[in-house]
Amino acid sequence: MNNNETAVIFGATSAVGQALSKIHAEQGGALILVGRDESKLDVTAADLRTRGASQVDCLVADLDDFDKHQSLLQEIENKADDIAKYYFFYGTLPDQKACEASWQESHKALTTNFLSAASLLTLIANKVETESKNKGDRGIIVVTSVAGDRGRQSNYIYGAAKGGLTLFLQGLRNRLHKSGCSVTTVKPGFIDTPMTSDIEKGGPLWATPEKVAVDIYKAAQKGKNEIYTPNFWMPIMLIIKNIPETIFKKLSL
Amino acid sequence: MKKYRSWAFIPPIEQKAVRPQWLGFKLPDTNEGEKEKSGSLLPYGNGRSYGDSCLNVKGTVVDSRSLNRFIHFDENTGVLKCEAGVTFADILAVIVPKNWFLPVTPGTKFVTVGGAIANDVHGKNHHQDGTFGRHVLGFELLRSNGDTLLCSPDENKDFYAATIGGLGLTGFITWAEIQLIKIESPYIKVETTAFHGLDEFYALSESANKNHRYSVAWIDCASSGKNFARGLFMAGDHADHTPQGKPNKAVQAEPKLSIPFNFPKLALNRYSIKAFNALYFNKNSAMSAGTSYQHYDSYFYPLDGLGDWNRIYGKQGFYQYQFVVPFSEKATMEKILNKIVESGLGSFLAVLKEFGDVDSPGLLSFPRPGICLALDFANRGETTLKLAAELDELVIKAGGAVYPAKDVRMSSQAFKAYFPKMEEFKAFIDPKFTSDFWKRVNKES
Ligand SMILES: Cc1cc2nc3c(=O)[nH]c(=O)nc-3n(C[C@H](O)[C@H](O)[C@H](O)COP(=O)(O)OP(=O)(O)OC[C@H]3O[C@@H](n4cnc5c(N)ncnc54)[C@H](O)[C@@H]3O)c2cc1C
Ligand SMILES: NC(=O)c1ccc[n+]([C@@H]2O[C@H](COP(=O)([O-])OP(=O)(O)OC[C@H]3O[C@@H](n4cnc5c(N)ncnc54)[C@H](OP(=O)(O)O)[C@@H]3O)[C@@H](O)[C@H]2O)c1
Repeated sequence: MNNNETAVIFGATSAVGQALSKIHAEQGGALILVGRDESKLDVTAADLRTRGASQVDCLVADLDDFDKHQSLLQEIENKADDIAKYYFFYGTLPDQKACEASWQESHKALTTNFLSAASLLTLIANKVETESKNKGDRGIIVVTSVAGDRGRQSNYIYGAAKGGLTLFLQGLRNRLHKSGCSVTTVKPGFIDTPMTSDIEKGGPLWATPEKVAVDIYKAAQKGKNEIYTPNFWMPIMLIIKNIPETIFKKLSL
Repeated sequence: MKKYRSWAFIPPIEQKAVRPQWLGFKLPDTNEGEKEKSGSLLPYGNGRSYGDSCLNVKGTVVDSRSLNRFIHFDENTGVLKCEAGVTFADILAVIVPKNWFLPVTPGTKFVTVGGAIANDVHGKNHHQDGTFGRHVLGFELLRSNGDTLLCSPDENKDFYAATIGGLGLTGFITWAEIQLIKIESPYIKVETTAFHGLDEFYALSESANKNHRYSVAWIDCASSGKNFARGLFMAGDHADHTPQGKPNKAVQAEPKLSIPFNFPKLALNRYSIKAFNALYFNKNSAMSAGTSYQHYDSYFYPLDGLGDWNRIYGKQGFYQYQFVVPFSEKATMEKILNKIVESGLGSFLAVLKEFGDVDSPGLLSFPRPGICLALDFANRGETTLKLAAELDELVIKAGGAVYPAKDVRMSSQAFKAYFPKMEEFKAFIDPKFTSDFWKRVNKES
């Protein structure tokens, strides 16, 4: 299979972003890597070139810097005039207790995990809406989380950001349907990555970034609306979402 | 705590681990004060060693699997530079389509470059090309004090020699540069010949190895009488073209069949092994004696197609025994085979192979000139351990050696006899590094 389309990877140095980029590279695709650490980006780019990417460009940006979003997208457009996929992988897992103690912490987490993506998506949506393309040629793929499906005391700032983003994406999907650009919401469960390095791991609920990346790649190729990955999270979250609030509020989750 | 294990499941353990993500990382602090807590360090590749050489139960393992990036590949010269956690499977996916191949490969492609160096692994071409270490142009070694040493045949030669085959004890290899070999096709031209008895094997091996890059034999370790030491000798070479009608695929798919659960204990007994051997021998000698073309993946990695095949031995795990004895010790080889047949503990997979006289670069490299036999023993507790200890005595007397990568039980006396450069090696061990294997073979008894 050969697939030489161009993909933009926001958060290209994340574990899942690297795994997804490898799949694109192995298919011979072109990649535009966006991240905040130049040396990590360079190392990642060298790897992807060796693995078969037809072209790899890097752009350095702290994505919390809203003022630079417009120029960043301009730079992306300058690198390639035909972009098939926009992937969003960046994020932070804040310490819930620290968020409760300080609004600043919460604000930072909400900024990176929700507002920053919403800002970039607004600009991208306005661009793709004006392009005349066939259905299925373009897609926006954003990683949210199962944590956004229901608020829990242990994790609700992160959950609110991811849940807010999930709602934003629903609206965007509805809006962009006419223009033929698909919007895919990806809800992973637990993934063994640096983000979760402080958590005790092991057991059947933990997935590798490689496994999650394969699921994401397939969903993106098909232009799916929403996926859980691994997909056993779908029934789990169905149950969790359906527990009546009167009971749920008493649980220690 | 995360689950880390070796390929043979013995010993089954929980292991503390850290997993660095980017080169330039620092090894975790193991200050004297907290030595009991974080303890000592040991690099971990992909856990394809059978024994305890990749484990450090009281300490921490430094998992290299996220350091899996290519750094540079020169398609003209075949020089490949990559991080130490890159697996041979990843390398093959990149190089075979460009008509390059690994200079040496073990019987599984799921090993890392770091692990391949630390055990100085060998393949079916040892008689011509020597060990993997011979094709390593250089690497960087990270020591626990933060120093990095560039090691090559010209620079830090002593650390180069100590680290190749150094069982992960001299420091953490961060990246390596290797020289690949040129090929014309992903296929191997294989010539299969049936043999009966060791005399026939030795004769076949001697004549075939002059003309063929690869050779290996499968030998029946369960039958006695007229079928004693019968086997199939398979010589191979990279085909100079892809045979007509065969797909020119570079990489085969992921394992199709995998063993989803541990087999019940009874699945492997002496009758099932015997039946398997009889079936395999008859099928193969009838069907494939003569010349055939095999994709490199099924030729080099027949077991990789089977997913977690180690599970067929059940939860109790298994032992692998791999040793080499000098050519002149044919009588010892015969004696050992007899013992294995008598015991009825031998596996369906016994592999016989000639090691040539190409020098191994490492102080503790296992390969040395002679004939090497590798087989699995199901874990029958004391009975199996006793057999292995008896075999050890024979191997020591013959001036041979047992392979640490496959070992979980050899005594310190045996190790010293097999690896006479052990004392010289000790000077290069990183003071913070150790392994369960190393503690065991240094125990006074
Ligand atoms: C089916 C099968 C077939 C095999 N066939 C062969 C064969 O034909 N020939 C052969 O020689 N071997 C063979 N082996 C054994 C295997 O090749 C070796 O055990 C190999 O070293 C495993 O590599 P790994 O990456 O899994 O390393 P691990 O098993 O995880 O570690 C092996 C050693 O390497 C060290 N190490 C790992 N990474 C680093 C690093 N970055 N820096 C420093 N030290 C490091 C570890 O500390 C440990 O001592 C086979 C194994 C299997 C399962
Ligand atoms: N791991 C899980 O269990 C899990 C579960 C559900 C969902 N997710 C989601 O999956 C996605 C991928 O996560 P991961 O687990 O692969 O995490 P990861 O490896 O920790 O990567 C997170 C990435 O986000 C980047 N980043 C953070 N803030 C940034 C900013 N302001 N500007 C630019 N980049 C920034 C980081 O950049 P640096 O490399 O420069 O630090 C890092 O590469 C995230 O959206 C995460 O929320 C993860």
